[in-house]
Amino acid sequence: MKNFIEIISKPDNVAIVIMIIMVLFFTILAFYYAISGDRRRSRKIDQPTSPEQKADGEDKIHSWPYLVRIEFLVAIIVIVLLNIWSVVLDAPLEEFASETRTPNPAKAPWYFLGLQEMLVYFDPWIAGVVLPTLIIVGLCIIPYIDINPKGNGYYTWRERKFAISIYSFGFLALWIALIVIGVFMRGPGWVWFWPWQEWDPHIVTSEINVDLSQIFGIDARSFAGSVIGGLVTLGYFAVGIIIPYIYSQKRGGKFLKELGPIRYLIVAGLLLIMIGLPIKIFLRLIFHIKYIWVTPWFNI
Amino acid sequence: MMIKEFFDKFRQTQVGKSIFRRNYEDTPKNRMLAIRGNVFMHLHPIRIRHGAVKLGFTWGMGGITFLLFLILTISGVLLMFYYHPNTRDAYLDMKDLEFTVPFGMYLRNIHRWAAHLMVITVMLHMLRVFMTGSYKPPREFSWVIGVLLLVLTLLLSFTGYLLPWDQLGYWAITVGTNMARATPLMGHEGPFGPELGMTAYNDIRFALLGGSTVGGNALIRGYIWHCIALPIVTSVLIIVHFWRIRRDGGISGPR
Repeated sequence: MKNFIEIISKPDNVAIVIMIIMVLFFTILAFYYAISGDRRRSRKIDQPTSPEQKADGEDKIHSWPYLVRIEFLVAIIVIVLLNIWSVVLDAPLEEFASETRTPNPAKAPWYFLGLQEMLVYFDPWIAGVVLPTLIIVGLCIIPYIDINPKGNGYYTWRERKFAISIYSFGFLALWIALIVIGVFMRGPGWVWFWPWQEWDPHIVTSEINVDLSQIFGIDARSFAGSVIGGLVTLGYFAVGIIIPYIYSQKRGGKFLKELGPIRYLIVAGLLLIMIGLPIKIFLRLIFHIKYIWVTPWFNI
Repeated sequence: MMIKEFFDKFRQTQVGKSIFRRNYEDTPKNRMLAIRGNVFMHLHPIRIRHGAVKLGFTWGMGGITFLLFLILTISGVLLMFYYHPNTRDAYLDMKDLEFTVPFGMYLRNIHRWAAHLMVITVMLHMLRVFMTGSYKPPREFSWVIGVLLLVLTLLLSFTGYLLPWDQLGYWAITVGTNMARATPLMGHEGPFGPELGMTAYNDIRFALLGGSTVGGNALIRGYIWHCIALPIVTSVLIIVHFWRIRRDGGISGPR
C-alpha cells in the first residue's frame, strides 16, 4: 500500500487522479442530464408548445455581457487553480537521459498507456500503429455514419442508445480504464501489480501462452495452423457482418436501407475490431492464447 | 445589490468620474459595439441563443481548452528564452530554471500542468460534443477538425516530453517511437516492411527521430515540431474550428 501511495502521489500521476475524478463527474453529469431531459421531453408531449420551447428558439441574448462575463469568470477560476497547482507541485525532473540505463518499467506518456497496454495482447504493428490510426479515422467518420437525426443539440439517452453505448464503452473502458491500468497497475516487466502489492522487479511470473490452433494439437506455424487461424479471423468478421445484416433484414430492413451498404460495412467492420479488443483480452487472460492467426509476415 | 448601489454612487464622485470618464449606458447598441468594435471580442456572435450560455450544457470545456492553449503559448515562449535544444545543455537548462532563473520553476510547472490539463479538457470537450449530438449536420466538419485538434494536442504534449532530456522523457519517447518500427510497409519490423527494403536506417522511425536511436537529432526535431510546426498547424485548425462554429449557426442547441 505504501508503494501505491507513492505512485499515486507522483507529480505527473496527480494529473491522472484529476482526470479520473473529472471524467467520472462529467460522465455522470452527462447521463443525469440525458435521463432527466428524456423524462422532461416525454412529459412535454402532452403540451407541445410550452413556454420553454419558445424561449429556446426566439429569445436571443447579447454576447456582451451574458457570454463574455461567464468566459472571463471561468478563465479567472482556471488561471487561479492552475497557479495554485503550479506553486504547490513541482514538475518532475529525473536524472540526465542515458541510453544505457533503461528504467523498469519504461512507460510512454500517460495518454498513450492505453495503447501500450494493448501491446500485451497484440503485436506492436496493431497496438501501436493500426489501432491509433483506426481510432482517429473512426472518430472522424462518426458524423457520417451516424445517420440518426435525433438528439442534435441536447442531452438524451433514449433517442441515441446505440451511439452513446458504443462511445461510452470506447471512451471509458477502452481508453480511460486502460490508461488507469497502465499507470497504476503495471509495474516492472509490465507485470500486473495490485495496489496493495509492492513493485518487485524480481517477481517471477510463469505464463505459458499458446497459439489458437495449438489447442487442437496443430502447430500454428505450420500451413494448416495458418489456414485455421485465417479462417477463424476472417470468419469472425464474415459472421459479424452477415448475421446482423440478416437479423435486420428480417425486421423489415428499413434501417439498412437508410444506412446503405457502404456505411453498413464500415460500421460493422470498425465495431468488430473494437469488440475484438476485449475478446482478445479475454482469450489471453482466460485461455492464455497469444496469437489467433500466425503467418510468416504478421501475427494477429 | 449593495455593491451595485455603492458602485453607482462612486461613479458620481469626482474620483469615479475621472476614472471611468463617462457612464457606460447599457443599451443594445452599446452591447453590440462591445463585441463588434473589438478584434478579440468579435470572435463571438453579437447575439446568441439563451441555451448557449448555460454552463451545464457546454461545461465550458472548449473555451477552457483554448485558454490553456494560450497559457501554454505564453509560458512556452518564455521557456524558450532559457532553453538550448542540444543534448549537452537541455538538461542543465532545466536545472537553471529550477535554481537560478527567477520564477523558472513556476514557469516550467505551469507549462507542464496546463499541458496535462489540456489533454484532459480536450477529451471532456469531445465527450460533451458527442453526448449532445453536436457533431450532427450541419456541424460534421467541425467535429473532424476537432478530432485533428485532439491528435495535435497529444502530439504537442508528446514532442514536449523529450525536451527536458531526462530519463522520464527520454524513455517515454523511446517507447513511443519504437512503435513506429512496427508500422506496416514503412517500418523495418512491421508486416511487409523488410520485404519492401526497410531497415533501421531508412524506415519511418528513422525519419521521425533523425537517427536510429533517440539522440541529438531527435531532440532538435522534437523541439522544432513542438515550438514551431505543430503550434502553427494547431493555430490554423483552431481558427477554422472557431470560424465553422459561427458559419454553422453557433453552438448547437435544441431546435
